[in-house]
Amino acid sequence: MTGSSKSIQVEDLQNALAETIRQVREERDDKKRKKLILQISKYNSRINKIKSGKLLSRQTKRDLVAYSFIAPNFIGFCVFTLVPIIFAFALAFMKWDGSNPVSFEGLNNFKRLWGDTFFKAALKNTIIYCVGTVPLTMVASLAMAIILNQKVFGRGIFRTLAFFPYVASLVAITSVWKLLFHPSKGPVNNILYTFFHVSQENLPQWFSGSLCVISMILFSVWKYMGYYMVIYLAGLQGIPGELYEAASLDGAGTWNKFRYITWPQLSSTTFFVVVMLTINCFKIYDIAVMLAGGGSGELTVSATVLVYYIYQKAFIDWDLGYSSAVAMVLFLMVLIVTLIQFRGQARKEA
Amino acid sequence: MRSAHRKAIIRKIIVYVLLLIIAAVMITPFLWMFSAAIKSDREVFKINPFVFIPKDPKWSNYVNIWTKIPFAKFVENTFLLTIVVTCLQLLTSSFAAYSFAKLNFRHRNGLFLAYIATIAMPWQVYMVPQFILMRKMGLNDKLMAIICLQAFSAFGVFLMKQFYEGIPDDLCEAARIDGMSEYRIYSKVMLPLSKPALATLVIFTFVNTWNDYLGPLIYLKTQSKKTIQLGLKMFISQYSSDYGLIMAGSMLSLIPVLIIFLCFQKYFVEGVASTGLKG
Repeated sequence: MTGSSKSIQVEDLQNALAETIRQVREERDDKKRKKLILQISKYNSRINKIKSGKLLSRQTKRDLVAYSFIAPNFIGFCVFTLVPIIFAFALAFMKWDGSNPVSFEGLNNFKRLWGDTFFKAALKNTIIYCVGTVPLTMVASLAMAIILNQKVFGRGIFRTLAFFPYVASLVAITSVWKLLFHPSKGPVNNILYTFFHVSQENLPQWFSGSLCVISMILFSVWKYMGYYMVIYLAGLQGIPGELYEAASLDGAGTWNKFRYITWPQLSSTTFFVVVMLTINCFKIYDIAVMLAGGGSGELTVSATVLVYYIYQKAFIDWDLGYSSAVAMVLFLMVLIVTLIQFRGQARKEA
Repeated sequence: MRSAHRKAIIRKIIVYVLLLIIAAVMITPFLWMFSAAIKSDREVFKINPFVFIPKDPKWSNYVNIWTKIPFAKFVENTFLLTIVVTCLQLLTSSFAAYSFAKLNFRHRNGLFLAYIATIAMPWQVYMVPQFILMRKMGLNDKLMAIICLQAFSAFGVFLMKQFYEGIPDDLCEAARIDGMSEYRIYSKVMLPLSKPALATLVIFTFVNTWNDYLGPLIYLKTQSKKTIQLGLKMFISQYSSDYGLIMAGSMLSLIPVLIIFLCFQKYFVEGVASTGLKG
C-alpha cells in the first residue's frame, strides 16, 4: 500500500518536473527562467527524498543530534543568563519599582550617579580595595610559589595548606577573623597591647572607619594567595632549567636570576594573574558585608562597595533602574580590563 | 668550597623558616577556630597563657548548635542544592561541550559566541533582572531558583570544551566508522577520558555552590529554605557573643568542602593551573 502510494507520488513529481523542464526551454525571460530552474532542483530533491525513504537530509539529521547535545545547557543558559543580561541593559535606562508600570528615563539614571555621594564612596572603596589587593596578592603568591618550587620536604602538604583558605566558606572564616581582630578582646590587639605597648585608646579598630578597607585587603590576600600561587607554580614549571644553569655558569646570584630569568619568563602569567585579580576585586561584596557589615548586613559609607550598592538599591529601595545603572558601571570596569587582556593576548600570540 | 656548602645550608634554613611562617599564617585561623569551638565564652580570648585544648573541653558546643538553630535543615538544604547543581552542571556542560568540540553543525560559531559574550559579564551585573524574571516564573523563595541560577554556567562549557579539544578527533572518527551513535561515543569514549576535567568541575561547582552567599540571600527568605551560609550568618548576628557556638558551627560548615577538596585535590591543582595558563 505504502509502496504503491510512494511510486504514485514519485510519478506525479516526475511529471511535474518534465513539465517544468519543458517550460524552461520555452521561457525567454531570464528572471522567470531562474525561478523555474530553482523549482526543478526542488522537485529533484523531493524525488530523491521519497526514493531513499528519508524525510530529513543527512546534514539536518546531524544538526539535530548536535542541537540535542547543546539544548539542555543552552536553554537554561538563555533563560537564566542571556535574557537577564539583555534585560539589565534595558533596565539601566528605565525607572521601575518592580510592580508599577515602567517609564523610560533616558540617561537620567546615569546623571543621578554623578551627584550621588554614596555611589562615589562605593566606587572609591572598590578601587582602593582593588589597588591594595592586586599587587599584594600578586607579590605574596609569587613569593610563595618560588619558595614552594624548590625541592623542599613536604611540598605537597604546604600546597594543600595554602589552598585551605580559598576553599573555606567566607562566613566561617570571616567569623574567625572578626574574633582574632576583635578591637578590645581579640588576640591580635592583645599582642599589640602586651608586647608592643600600644596604648588602649590607640589600638586599631579593625572593622570600622578607614581601617575597614585595610582589613578587607589583608583578609583577601590571605584568602586568595593560595589560588594564585598554584597558577604561578605552573608558570614556574614552564621555565626551561637550562636558563638557570647558563646563568649559574655566568656567576649570576639569586636576585639576578630572578630579575633576568624568572620575572621576564613569567610575564604572561603575571599578566593573567593581575587581570583575574582585578576583575575579582571589582566584584567584592561578601567580604565587605561579613567583615564590616552590621547585624543585618548593612554597610556604612566607609566600607560600602559597588555590588553592595547594586544590592541595596534593588532589593531594599526597589529602585531597579538606578541599580542597573550602577551595575553598568561595574560592567564597564570589567569590560575595560577584559579588553586589555584580549589585546595583551593578541600581542603575545603575534 | 666549604663556604659554598655553608651558604647552601643557610639557604635551606631560610627557605624552611619562610615555609613555616607561611604555613602558620595559613593555618592559624583554622587552628584557633578549632580551639575556640571547644572553649567556654570566657576562655575564648584568653591569651596569657594560651591553651590549645582547655582542661575541660566543651564538646557540647557541637551538639548545642543543632538545637539552637535548625542546623540540620540548613545542612539538608545545602547538600540537596550542592548535589543537584553539581550533577546538572556536569551533565549539561559536558554534553554541550562535546557538541561544540567534536561535531560540525550549522550555527555552531554563532551559538558559541553567545557563551563567549557573557564571559566578561559578572553575575552581579544581571542578578537583579534575573531575580525579577525568576519571581515572574514563581521561583522566588524556592530552592529551585538557586539550582537554575548555578547549574547552567558558561564556565563549565568552556572548561569541558577546552579539554575535549585536546582529545584527538581520530578517536571519534574511528568510533563513528564502527557505527556508534554520537550519544554512545559521548558516553563510552569521551566521558571516561575526561575524568580530570570532570573532577575539576566537580570541585569548582561544589565549592561555589556550598559557599555561595549572595545568591541564597536574594532568593531564600523562609527560615526552612535557608542554606548553611545564610543560617550561620543569621546565627552570628543573633548570638554575636556566643563565640564557642559560632566557632563550632563554622567548623561544621567547613567539613564537607574540605573533604571534597582533599579527595579531588590533585585534579583541582591541575585544573587551576591549566585554566590559568590558557585563560
